[in-house]
Amino acid sequence: MKFADFICFEATVAQLQTSSRDDVIKELVLSLEKAGKLGKGVSKDIARAIIKRENEASTGMGKGVAIPHVKHKSVKEVIGVVGLSGAGIDFLALDKQPVHSVILLISPEDDPDTHLITMEYIFKNLQQEMFRKFLRQCSEPEQVKDLLIEADEDTSL
Amino acid sequence: MKKKAGENTLEKVVCETEVEIKNADGLHMRPAMQFVDIANRFDSDITVSNAETSVDGKSIMQISMLAATCGSKLKIRAEGPDAQQAVDALSELVEQKHFDEPVPGE
Repeated sequence: MKFADFICFEATVAQLQTSSRDDVIKELVLSLEKAGKLGKGVSKDIARAIIKRENEASTGMGKGVAIPHVKHKSVKEVIGVVGLSGAGIDFLALDKQPVHSVILLISPEDDPDTHLITMEYIFKNLQQEMFRKFLRQCSEPEQVKDLLIEADEDTSL
Repeated sequence: MKKKAGENTLEKVVCETEVEIKNADGLHMRPAMQFVDIANRFDSDITVSNAETSVDGKSIMQISMLAATCGSKLKIRAEGPDAQQAVDALSELVEQKHFDEPVPGE
């Protein structure tokens, strides 16, 4: 599993316009829709499902990152998008700190194993302090793409 | 609460068990959180391993890195004064409660 396999780079939002958790989720889902990654008319339902999931337990894992996610029948493979916020988002994170880097993930309903493998890959990278730092510093979608592809090529992990 | 150095050092025990993930969705984020939540109730150090890697059982990021799918086996190891209780509670969560999630065929 590589970032390039599931992250939609064209949908990256390097400077999120919204600042509340729910609005950020909607903004990122909308960005995926604009990039043509989602079926017609499903983005509202996807956003609602992600927010519902988030209300059950925050995916703000601490250290300024959150991985909101949901399984949705409209997708055939895992789709991810990156959103960054300089100002920080209140994600009700475990460490109560604002979130600056969001990786939003939509997985198919019938493939729990791929979902787990994708999450493993994301966490393996987010565990690295340098990766978190560089990701947060990106201000252009192109920089996010470069960073993630560089991480994909790093075989030391 | 941390014990003072020298106090109860004889109580330090190591306890280990193997568990199988039986819920259909595997050790995804919610079960991982339940696991870490219980692990953090104990003073003992807890490590969880699969065939390739060993991680800190009290860290949500590290536990998520195991990508333990349904049917995979994990080793839970606790070291400290309450090692036995920790291993018992965690294996109950995985093998008896299945993280309160559905099991295939049920």
